Amino acid sequence: MLSVQDVRVYFTDNGKVARALDGVSYEVRTGETVCLVGESGCGKTVSALTILGIIPQPPAKIMGGRILFDGQNLLDLGEREMEKIRGNRIAMVFQEPMTSLNPVFTVGEQIRETIMIHENVSEKALRKRCVQLLKDVGIPSPEERLKDYPHQLSGGQRQRVMIAMALACNPDVVIADEPTTALDVTIQAQILNLFRELQRTRQMSLLYITHDLGVVATIADRIYVMYAGIIVEQGDTAHIFHDPRHPYTQGLLASLPTRTKRGGTLYTIPGAVPDPAYKPAGCPFHPRCQFAIESCRIEFPGMCDYGEGHVSRCPVLYERARPPHGAA
Amino acid sequence: MVQRKPSHHSVLTVEGLKKYFPVQRGFLQRAIGWIKAVDGVDFAIDRGKTLGLVGESGCGKSTIGRLILKLLEADAGRIMYQGHDISGLSEEAMRPLRKEMQIIFQDPYGSLNPRMTVGQSIEEGLRTLGMKGHGERKTKVAHLLETVGIRPDAAAYYPHQFSGGQRQRIGIARALSVNPTLIICDEPVSALDVSIQSQIINLLKELQNTLGLSYLFISHDLNVVGYLSDTVAVMYLGHIMEYAPAETLYDNPLHPYTLALLSAIPAPESDERHQLPALVGDVPTPFNPPPGCKFQGRCPLVEDRCRTKEIKLYTVNEGHTVRCWKVVGE
Repeated sequence: MLSVQDVRVYFTDNGKVARALDGVSYEVRTGETVCLVGESGCGKTVSALTILGIIPQPPAKIMGGRILFDGQNLLDLGEREMEKIRGNRIAMVFQEPMTSLNPVFTVGEQIRETIMIHENVSEKALRKRCVQLLKDVGIPSPEERLKDYPHQLSGGQRQRVMIAMALACNPDVVIADEPTTALDVTIQAQILNLFRELQRTRQMSLLYITHDLGVVATIADRIYVMYAGIIVEQGDTAHIFHDPRHPYTQGLLASLPTRTKRGGTLYTIPGAVPDPAYKPAGCPFHPRCQFAIESCRIEFPGMCDYGEGHVSRCPVLYERARPPHGAA
Repeated sequence: MVQRKPSHHSVLTVEGLKKYFPVQRGFLQRAIGWIKAVDGVDFAIDRGKTLGLVGESGCGKSTIGRLILKLLEADAGRIMYQGHDISGLSEEAMRPLRKEMQIIFQDPYGSLNPRMTVGQSIEEGLRTLGMKGHGERKTKVAHLLETVGIRPDAAAYYPHQFSGGQRQRIGIARALSVNPTLIICDEPVSALDVSIQSQIINLLKELQNTLGLSYLFISHDLNVVGYLSDTVAVMYLGHIMEYAPAETLYDNPLHPYTLALLSAIPAPESDERHQLPALVGDVPTPFNPPPGCKFQGRCPLVEDRCRTKEIKLYTVNEGHTVRCWKVVGE
């Protein structure tokens, strides 16, 4: 459906070059939920903005790669052509519903705008569709709410409106960037359920970006773990959570506080995420990695295949696991 | 009211704590109603222990932290610090106690003065302790920074030169500078990345073990609270809904709100991908709430008496109290 291939995006600032995306590849197939998980600054959001062609250039510069959607490379398209895809075939839900909604227009006006840009619809049909959309995302008394301004809604309802806007043109792919991070847990559970239900009924593909491993476990079919601008591990949800093969993924899971780990000391990944302008050579994770050997400091790690789509960028652990079918 | 005998182990005991904020309108700013942010809260924190205060935004958990430090004046209730009632104390009388109670904030960016070096920020606390010697202060600052895992020469740098996790460590060092007994941790790890979060959590635990600190740990994250706390209080719209030892609360939650919160945590540990039994509706505003139970609007078990009869906290077991008609029966 959507295939990101070896995309490189660099930021330049005062002569410093920050390699935000350093050869990132992933794909979202029809009707599946793919999670992009990683800590702040790992490039999750940059990759989403690059797909939609809304990454500010400069300071960003797309250095290479392809983004294939429906047989065309989105990176080759002009602004005119991208406008036809953005919001129409690929839509986005942002983290902050309050800042992403325009405070001086009503909810209804903002949903209509999305539809009117892409389609020629009569006034009556337009209204009907807006009401239906709000109904679909679980907003009570939708006719009334259409006349509301964003500030009159609660955080959860605003996020539902954002989702309604994203769904307005029946997109093939929805990209959701941390859509529940600003919400309370009980509201987050509602929104996650909504995404799952919408996806089932509409057969849409969902690219879900988050730092929250709990959310990932709940919603993802497949997972890509990002660190410092590269994908370090990818696989099915079960593989990633029960059989992680990259030291970073293992460290992230082990460092989650849960009450079952009470009493003991939590595992911690030493150090901090590197500054993207001064990334270490070789494997970017090596300074924090307990398994690092000499070659990790020099060689960029290759992809090691564990079968069934489970791939990890750590040759050291791959050697240790001594798979029967030889090293990749 | 629940009778909780003030044990001599308690560092802090709070009884019947209330804080109402007026909602004002019009030219004369007349109060047209009240927001009951904290509406009669009781709890106790034992020496060297952690009380976790959980709830969603607007439940009053941060207000409680500020009331205890008397950054806000309580409308009613008693705050007993080591057996002494401090609720009526003047600013002057409160000053010596300020050293005993410290706070760590959520935002490590906003809570350090950007124009002061890290060393200057920490030294301020030492001055209030009456530490006059310049060299003595320098040594102490270096020692404090080492305690929280930062190189002592970092004292000469400014806050913006540190990462979020390091800044939170500096905030902790500053809190420790006056040798406190009780630290109020207001969402100290919420703004941090997972890998940094576990570092700070471990640091807080380690400091508690070595220095015998007591914590009031305020958070919306039930995973973190469950990991760190000895006792947990679940708050909803200014009321404590359930109060129990951490094991009990997580293994045998009784209040429907606690159950809803626990099942709403997306947990990486659970195998089954159950449909989350989401609560319907949003957290209502605490402005002029209806009579009866505050949770009535979202409770799946709501019945008539919940809407009419005021419900109090009832003890169901030793140290386990619940505010729900369904649980206490009649």
